[in-house]
Amino acid sequence: MTKQPVSDIVARCEALYDDLSFSAAREWKEAEPGRKVIAYMPVYVPRELIHAAGMMPLGIMGGGDNLEVIHGDAYYQSYICRIPRSTIELGVSGRLDFVDGMLFPSICDVIRNLSGMWKMLFPDTYVKYFDVPQTYVDEIGGTFYTGEMRELLHDLEKIAGREITDDDIRASIEVYNENRRAVNELYALRAREPWKAPGSEAYLVLRAGLLLPVEEHTRLVREYVAAASAEDRPIKDNSRVILTGMFCEQPPLNLIKSLELSGCYIVDDDFVLVSRWLLGDVPTDGDPVHNLSQAFLHRSMSTAAKYEPDQEEKGQFLVRAVRDTGAEGVIFASTSFCDPALLDRPILQNVLKRADIPFIAFKYAENSGQMQPIREQAGTFVDSIKLWSAA
Amino acid sequence: MNTRLVKAQPADVLKDASMIKQKEMMAKHYDRLTDAPQTGAKVASTFVPGNLNELIMCFDLVNNLPEVNAIQSGLRRQSGAYIMEAERAGHSEDVCTYVKSDIGMMLKGNIGPNGKELPKPDVLLLSYTGCFTFLKWFELLREQYKCPTIFLQTPYMADGKVTPNMVQYMVKQLKETVIPTLEEVSGVKFDIDRLREYLKKSAQAEDDLVHILATGKNKPSPIDAYFGGIYYIGPIFGAFRGTDDAIDYYRFLREEVEARMAKGLGPVTPDGQMTEEKYRLVVEGPPNYTSFRQFWKMFYDEGATVVASSYTKVGGTYDYGFRHDPDRPLESLAEYCLGVYTNRSLPMRIDMLSDYINEYEADGLLINSIKSCNSFSAGQLLIMREVEKRTGKPAAFIETDLVDPRYFSAANVKNRLESYFQMVEQKRSGKGAAA
Repeated sequence: MTKQPVSDIVARCEALYDDLSFSAAREWKEAEPGRKVIAYMPVYVPRELIHAAGMMPLGIMGGGDNLEVIHGDAYYQSYICRIPRSTIELGVSGRLDFVDGMLFPSICDVIRNLSGMWKMLFPDTYVKYFDVPQTYVDEIGGTFYTGEMRELLHDLEKIAGREITDDDIRASIEVYNENRRAVNELYALRAREPWKAPGSEAYLVLRAGLLLPVEEHTRLVREYVAAASAEDRPIKDNSRVILTGMFCEQPPLNLIKSLELSGCYIVDDDFVLVSRWLLGDVPTDGDPVHNLSQAFLHRSMSTAAKYEPDQEEKGQFLVRAVRDTGAEGVIFASTSFCDPALLDRPILQNVLKRADIPFIAFKYAENSGQMQPIREQAGTFVDSIKLWSAA
Repeated sequence: MNTRLVKAQPADVLKDASMIKQKEMMAKHYDRLTDAPQTGAKVASTFVPGNLNELIMCFDLVNNLPEVNAIQSGLRRQSGAYIMEAERAGHSEDVCTYVKSDIGMMLKGNIGPNGKELPKPDVLLLSYTGCFTFLKWFELLREQYKCPTIFLQTPYMADGKVTPNMVQYMVKQLKETVIPTLEEVSGVKFDIDRLREYLKKSAQAEDDLVHILATGKNKPSPIDAYFGGIYYIGPIFGAFRGTDDAIDYYRFLREEVEARMAKGLGPVTPDGQMTEEKYRLVVEGPPNYTSFRQFWKMFYDEGATVVASSYTKVGGTYDYGFRHDPDRPLESLAEYCLGVYTNRSLPMRIDMLSDYINEYEADGLLINSIKSCNSFSAGQLLIMREVEKRTGKPAAFIETDLVDPRYFSAANVKNRLESYFQMVEQKRSGKGAAA
C-alpha cells in the first residue's frame, strides 16, 4: 500500500464532502449493470442488510452549507430545522435521481413526516420509514425489530431481484465490523493525541463513509490513521472537549474548524452516528438478523432520539465519555428547532452539573455562516476551563 | 406583534347546555385529581393520543393529562408566564410550548384550573403515540417526579396499514410491561372483564360522537367541528372514555345537535346563534388556545363554519370505523393507538382531508400551522398543495401556536382569513378559474 500524506487523504474526503452530485455513488452504480443504491437519513439504519443485497448504502445528511435551497423552503415553515428542506432540495433538483430507495429512520416527527412527503414527491422511488424499538426487552422490542428488519429485507429482495441469504448478511456484518473497528481506531487516536487527528479532519474522514462503498472507506480510514499517527504536528494549549447534539443535522465544516481555532480539541462527538451506532463487533455466527437486533437493543449508542428506560442511567453516557477521553468540558451544539436535542439538553446538563463537568450550549444550522459568536463563546469556555478547572 | 385582548367575562359568553355540562364534568374531574391526596386515589399521567383510559380505570387510577392542563392554562392566559418560567430554567425557545407550559406550571406550584395544587403522579404512562416530543416530555417529568415510568411504543403507520407485527408488539408491551407495572403501582389486580365492560361503554359513546361530528354534512351545519368540536371531544379524549358519564354526555349532546339540526339552526357561538352559514371549511391542525374566543370570532363574524377538522381526530379516528372492541380488548387498545390522526402517514392525512372536503361539501381547506407541533406541522405545506390539487378547492395557511401568546398575531391571522374568504368568493364566482 502506497502511503499517502494526510493532506491528500483529507483533500479527497473534502472533495467528497463538497460533491453534492454524489459522483462516487453514481460511478459505483454505473460500473456494473443492475447495481442499486439505497439512501438513508440519520441516525441509524442497519446498512448491513442493504450491503447484503449487493446494494450500496448512501448516507444523506442534508445539503450542508454549500447547497442553495431554492425549492426546499417552499415546503417548510420557518420554525422547522434545515435538514428536511435541504434534503428535499437535493431530491427535487435531481441530485438524487440515481437513488433506488430512501430510508427514513425513526428519529423525530420531522423526519417521520418527510418519509410521507417523499412518497408523494417521488412515487417511483422505494420509500420506507424505518421504525426501531424504543423498548429493549428481547421478547418485546427485539421481536418487533427483527420483524421490521425482515420486512426491509423482503423489500430489498424485491428491488434486487434475488434472495438475500443469512450467509450474505453474515458476510456483510463482518465487513461492517471491520469498518467499525477502523472508525474506533480513528476515534481512539483522536482521543489520545487530538493534535494529530483534529476534529475537522476526523469529521471529513467519517463523512466519506456515507458516500463510498464500505470496503473502500475502511481502507481510507486506516490510511488516514496511519498517516496522521506518523505526522509530526505541534501540541497546542487547547482544552479537550466533547461535542454533543449533532446527531442528525450535521454541522458545517467551518463550525468545527472554528471550535478548534478557539482552542478546543474535540476528543469525542456524535457526528454521523451511523458509523459508530453499534458498539463493538456484531457476532457473525447464528441468526444474523437476531444478532443485529441484539446489538441494537443492548450494545448501541445513547442519543436524544432514543428513550432511556432507566432514570439513573440517563445522561451517564456523557459522563463516561468525559472520563474515558479525559475531556475537560462538554459543548452542547444543537440544531435550531431540533426537538429531541433541545428537549434532552436540560436533563443532560443537570447530569453534568451533578458530575461537576463544565459545559456551554449554542445552536447552529447546517448552513450557519457566522462563526464569530460561536468562536467567542467557545474561546471563553476554553479560557474558563484553563483558569478554573486546574485550581 | 401581539395585540392586547379584552378578556371575555363568563357572563358575556353564551354556551349551549352541552357545553355547560361538559364544563361541569371537567371541573368534577379536576376536583377528583386535586382531592387525590385526601381520598388516597393514585394518579397516572398520560397523553391524549394513545390515551388508555379504560385500562387506567381498571387499576382505579385517576387520569391526569398534561396536554389538557396546558390547554387550560392557555385558555386562562397563564401559559405565557409558565412558558417563560420554563425558558428561564433552561428550556429552549424553539421547543413545544405544551411541554414548557407544563414544566413552568410545575415550577410555579402546579396549580390546576380549579385553583388547587395538582398531585404528583404515582406513575407516568408514556404512551408514545404520534408525537416524538411525548418521549422527551416524560423523561423531563420523570427527572422531577422520580416515579415509575411505563413506556408504550406505538409504531408509526407509515405505509398506511396496520401490520400484525405492529399489533403484536403493542399487545406484548401491554401484557408484559404496562399491565404488570400498573398492577404494582396501584395494588389492584388486572381484571380483563372489567376492561371489556369499559370498552363496551367506550364504543357506545363513540357511536354518538361519530354521529354528532357527521352532522357537519348538513346545510347549515348544526355544529362547528373545530371550535365547538373541542368541547365535544373533551370528555372522550380525556378522562371519561369508558364511563357512564361519557355515554350520558354524548347521548345528551346528540339530542341537542339533532334538535338544532331539525330546526335548521347553525352552531352556537360565544356571541350567540350563528345566523348565516356563508363559508364551510375543513380545518387542519390544532387551534390557538391563548386567544381562543377571539380566534373563533374571526370565523363566525364572517359566517364561516368549520364542518370537519383533523384536530378532533387526534384522540381517535372513529369516523373511519374504529370502535373499541370488548371481544378483542388488548388488540383493540393497540389498534386505537395506531389509528389516531397524528400516527397516520402524510398521504393518509391528505386522503382524509380531501375526503372531508368532498363529503362535507366544504368550500376549502384552512391549515392552522402550529409552531410548537412538528408532528402536525412538518409537511403541511405539501398537504395544502396536494389537497387543493385533488379537490379543486382553495386552501389557505395561517400560523399560530397552541399556548404561547407570543405567537398569536391577531391582525395577521385576521388579514389572512379575510383574504381567504375573498378567494373562496372568487372561486365561487368562477373568477379563480380564469386566474
